[in-house]
Amino acid sequence: MAKVKGAIVVDTERCKGCSLCVVACPLEVIALAKEVNLKGYNYALQVVEDKCNGCTSCATVCPDGCITVYRTKVE
Amino acid sequence: MDKQDIIKPENLVYKKPTLMNDNPMHYCPGCSHGVVHKLIAEVIEEMGLENKAVGVSPVGCAVFIYNYLDIDWEEAAHGRAPAVATAIKRLWPENLVFTYQGDGDLAAIGTAETIHALNRGENITIIFINNAIYGMTGGQMAPTTLVGMKTATCPYGRDPKIQGYPLKITEIAAQLEGTAYVTRQSVQTPAAIRKAKKAIRKAFENSMQGKGSNLVEIVSTCNSGWKMSPVKANKWMEENMFPFYPLGDLKDKE
Repeated sequence: MAKVKGAIVVDTERCKGCSLCVVACPLEVIALAKEVNLKGYNYALQVVEDKCNGCTSCATVCPDGCITVYRTKVE
Repeated sequence: MDKQDIIKPENLVYKKPTLMNDNPMHYCPGCSHGVVHKLIAEVIEEMGLENKAVGVSPVGCAVFIYNYLDIDWEEAAHGRAPAVATAIKRLWPENLVFTYQGDGDLAAIGTAETIHALNRGENITIIFINNAIYGMTGGQMAPTTLVGMKTATCPYGRDPKIQGYPLKITEIAAQLEGTAYVTRQSVQTPAAIRKAKKAIRKAFENSMQGKGSNLVEIVSTCNSGWKMSPVKANKWMEENMFPFYPLGDLKDKE
């Protein structure tokens, strides 16, 4: 059965660390980084590599449009 | 499969709409304005109206929307956006004209302009962001502030005996003959955001087809003004705002 795999890219300099994407992610693959960006915010990051299925929930709720989502089918 | 193998242009499923530029937005972290800006950009792109859209920006936090969305904008005096939009739409009937207003702009100083523009059936869309507070000026009481809700100018909670009751502009608009589509949506979850996008699209289509005026209220958060974290503000909105401002279509003249 084909499996769906996804990945997200966060524009860490644009991110304001509101953590709405962390809550919106059904698979809990996003968390806030310990490091801060130039604005001083703890930015969001994909911390679990394998689990993301590219459902775009995080990107949809992101108020600043920082998240780009990719998805592909794996045989 | 490695993450780098997935991140390829052909696998792209979601990115920031092209109409939204790279200027950093001045909104507080987690502000609902950003989500609604994104929805407007997406709908305009999907309808192919990039060169025909004219927005009217309000006074309030969203005044700088013209810095973030690359379409034509006009800035109106406080509350007068529907009057300015009326003029633009009458002069350029083939353009998509909409206003973007907050509750302090639309429901307080601009009540007259809003109600009369809607009642005249101008072919415009009003996007109404209702966060029950004056966000930009520091969290003062707005006409839409809930009973018992604490703000800078009602620190003991809104008391109807002193400040009166919250104003349901959307319910008033649904009673007007000129309105074609009146709805209330929210943007706190992916499902709600998808519904809100559909509502904005329908309102824009109605105004392009000349069906009458459209009002899309978005029940939103102002986590700074409410003094909560963005996640907590969303929860507070679901628990306290939705019972008084129920979501759904109030009027849909087919």
